[in-house]
Amino acid sequence: MADPIRRRRVRHPVAHLVLCIGAVFMVGPFLWQLSTSLQTFGESVSVPPTFLPHSPQWSNVTTVFSALPFGHQLLNTTAMTIARTVGQVLFSSLAGFAFARMQFRGRGVLFGVFLSVTMVPYQVFLLPQYQIMQKLGLLNTLVALFLPGMFSAFGTFLMRQFFLQLPQEIEEAARIDGANILQIYWRIMLPMSAPGMIALGVLVIIWSWNDLLWPLVVNSDPRQMPVSAGLASLQGQYTTNFPVLMAGSLLASLPVIIVFIVFQRHLMSGIAFSGVKG
Amino acid sequence: MLLLPAAAGLVVFEIWPTFQTIYYSFTSWGAFGGHTWSGLENYRTLIADSDVVHAVINTAIITAITLLAVPISAVVAALLSLPGMRGVTIYRTLYFLPVVTLPAAVALTWKWLFNGDYGLVNWLLSKVGIDGPHWLSDPATAIFAISIVGVWGSIGYNMVIFLSGIRGIPVDYYEAAELDGAGRVKQFFHVTVPLLTPSIFFVTVITVINALQAFDLVYLMVGQQSPAIQRTETLVYLFYQRGFAEHDGGYAAAIGVLLLLATLILTAAQFRLQRRWVHYG
Repeated sequence: MADPIRRRRVRHPVAHLVLCIGAVFMVGPFLWQLSTSLQTFGESVSVPPTFLPHSPQWSNVTTVFSALPFGHQLLNTTAMTIARTVGQVLFSSLAGFAFARMQFRGRGVLFGVFLSVTMVPYQVFLLPQYQIMQKLGLLNTLVALFLPGMFSAFGTFLMRQFFLQLPQEIEEAARIDGANILQIYWRIMLPMSAPGMIALGVLVIIWSWNDLLWPLVVNSDPRQMPVSAGLASLQGQYTTNFPVLMAGSLLASLPVIIVFIVFQRHLMSGIAFSGVKG
Repeated sequence: MLLLPAAAGLVVFEIWPTFQTIYYSFTSWGAFGGHTWSGLENYRTLIADSDVVHAVINTAIITAITLLAVPISAVVAALLSLPGMRGVTIYRTLYFLPVVTLPAAVALTWKWLFNGDYGLVNWLLSKVGIDGPHWLSDPATAIFAISIVGVWGSIGYNMVIFLSGIRGIPVDYYEAAELDGAGRVKQFFHVTVPLLTPSIFFVTVITVINALQAFDLVYLMVGQQSPAIQRTETLVYLFYQRGFAEHDGGYAAAIGVLLLLATLILTAAQFRLQRRWVHYG
């Protein structure tokens, strides 16, 4: 690393060529989305295609906001994402700590139950979850969007693995100093598990923001939909007006892309961590 | 006590619902709510349902094509892991972007790219003299279009798993291979791939499980009105359609149970097979 001569010598031109071609395939659709979102309808359906809009059409963005309660939907998605993330991280952290660091009867069995839940595809929960929301009179409310998504067996598993990695000695020292289990959790373990919590948090943010099936099921009122379901309904109205559809797509996906870029390192390590552990 | 919130939430929203869904799969639902025990009727319908047969075949095709992303990602990860490689973070970010992007937005963007009349894909094909089809409404091509998006969307995730797998391979192996005169390509096939088998295996299983759950792309890129729907519908799509568009909860529950069984079998197979052909370095 510290050897600049060696670094200049090893350049891998072929590798860069291959990776750049790949990058065009990966990023091309985003650039096309951006370009189309700023075109007039006429430009979008011209042959040969328009690569750069003659003058950027910001009106496509305003069309999205007038066709849909898009502002509401963005707020719904944001609220849903925050509530699910706070819930999952908090509850998973508590439960993960209990599984990793406390002795109690039935711990093994209970952990086995948690683990088996992670293997069940979430569609299996949907019908009964829908009925619960219906019974509670929560259909077409914000609460319905996030309530069942606040609990996670996977999150508990991930946090347990993080807590298991932390050194035992600090905890023992604290216990000798007379700290009780809650103090140990709150003062010592929680701060030390921050990287794990951030990794889980970013994963949950992405899943929640992108969730489509559950919102489609519980909230059919456009004002109570998140942007994912909103985009689906926009498609119904603007079937062929791709500049408007692309503007909506771009706006709806941008926030989570920003979160990803900011917390990239945590996300990657979280994925590698959960991945390697299987 | 610390377990209580998580445990209670899981019991109410996941564990009990799992049993309820299994129970519902043995019931038939009336048009005005309420359900009656109907034994194996839903399952008998399920076996004879041509939509279910289509969904299983479609899922198999999507899975097979999406698995192409596995070797591609392995090569990408290996290139990014070359000693002294620069720009790794930038490449990693760009390749990972599709993984985090709103699937609804991804679906609409690719729908536009695959548009039969004005799509970029067909324009590029016309440059090499090919008259591209109406990808998404043509029953013969729609599933391939969807699967290509699947490949595009899973390369980034696989790459991250492989990158961390490659990081775990001791440098000595590569040095020894180099002393034996093995070039980069040979090193890839004789050192990286064998020692990466745990990650390859994991990624393969995840790909299959994800393909089994495919819904968003079918719902948004094809949809119920399309002539290509039979050739693209998946189990989850059918589950949604029967359960929530047609309110046939009992039948949807049976599809859910089928999904559950398939996932459990795959997970069990994962543990079995893993022991047989995975090298732990």
